Amino acid sequence: MALSEKEVLAGLAEIVAEETGLDAAEVTGPKSFTDDLDIDSLSMMTIVTLAEEKFSVRIPDEDVKNLVTVADAVAYMTKAQS
Amino acid sequence: MGMLEGKNILVTGVLTEGSLAFGVARLCQQEGATVVLTGMGRTLEVTESIGRRLPIEAAVLELDVTNPEQLASLAERVKEHVPTIHGVVHSIGFAPQSVMGGNFLAGEWPDVAVAIHTSAYSLKALTVALLPLMNEGGSVVGLTFDARFAWPVYDWMGVAKAAFEATSRYLARDLGPKKIRCNLIAAGPIKTTAAKHIPGFEEMEGKWDERAPLGWDSDDPEPTARAVTALLSDWFPATTGEVIHVDGGVHAMGQ
Repeated sequence: MALSEKEVLAGLAEIVAEETGLDAAEVTGPKSFTDDLDIDSLSMMTIVTLAEEKFSVRIPDEDVKNLVTVADAVAYMTKAQS
Repeated sequence: MGMLEGKNILVTGVLTEGSLAFGVARLCQQEGATVVLTGMGRTLEVTESIGRRLPIEAAVLELDVTNPEQLASLAERVKEHVPTIHGVVHSIGFAPQSVMGGNFLAGEWPDVAVAIHTSAYSLKALTVALLPLMNEGGSVVGLTFDARFAWPVYDWMGVAKAAFEATSRYLARDLGPKKIRCNLIAAGPIKTTAAKHIPGFEEMEGKWDERAPLGWDSDDPEPTARAVTALLSDWFPATTGEVIHVDGGVHAMGQ
């Protein structure tokens, strides 16, 4: 069953927290992966790969670069599920 | 019956589904092989996740080819999954950005040393680490980018690849008596994660498709994966120390 944006955000925050050591509560919609959360390209790849598995979606490389903020990623993955 | 029925193959270098090594691992499984993957450090979890996307989930072992302890314990760790190894795929290369992308003359030895250690010496290190499991003979296959030439932006990675190709020839010499073959595939440019980290990769990719008599699709790892699989099989029983070009024919052309 497709997850809501809120559920996707919670799941994504968990993955980001695990990869970066940040508190999951800091992973909020408006935050930029690179500028605010200080996530480099290798970490981003890890996050995307684990999120793909968790939410049963596929995010092509050319779309990953458009996922600037957490909200971008949440919207993309919520939509991709359905 | 598949080309690799009954064979156990260790595949390094699977990072994404776009990795050349992923295409190789998938094809090996489709041809009947049992595949064990290795991954390293920060991206080990990625390799584990990608390993679950293969037709048959593959075991993933941690291996940094520059880490002597991990190399020393590799054979024992592989043995927990398969009793012997018949094939090894070396798909590992790394050079600091400071020695690529047009920085040839500025390249400093510590960075160059990293490139050569990780990308060339590792072929010997990996193969020797697995020798205790290769009693039935076997095939080692690596991936190179034709190192006879100076390429745009490839710089010290190109030098490391020349060392890699020489390493393969010496392995062929020393392992021939054990019936272990060592060959390389010189693939044309493929847009993998590794390639994306080469600054100015487009310059290298250049007009490859136009220059190749067969044409060249840098988004398609399948031709390279097929060639690696063929070399892992019993269909090249008398070939070793060889570099086979899978480049659409560019290597044979003049200007």
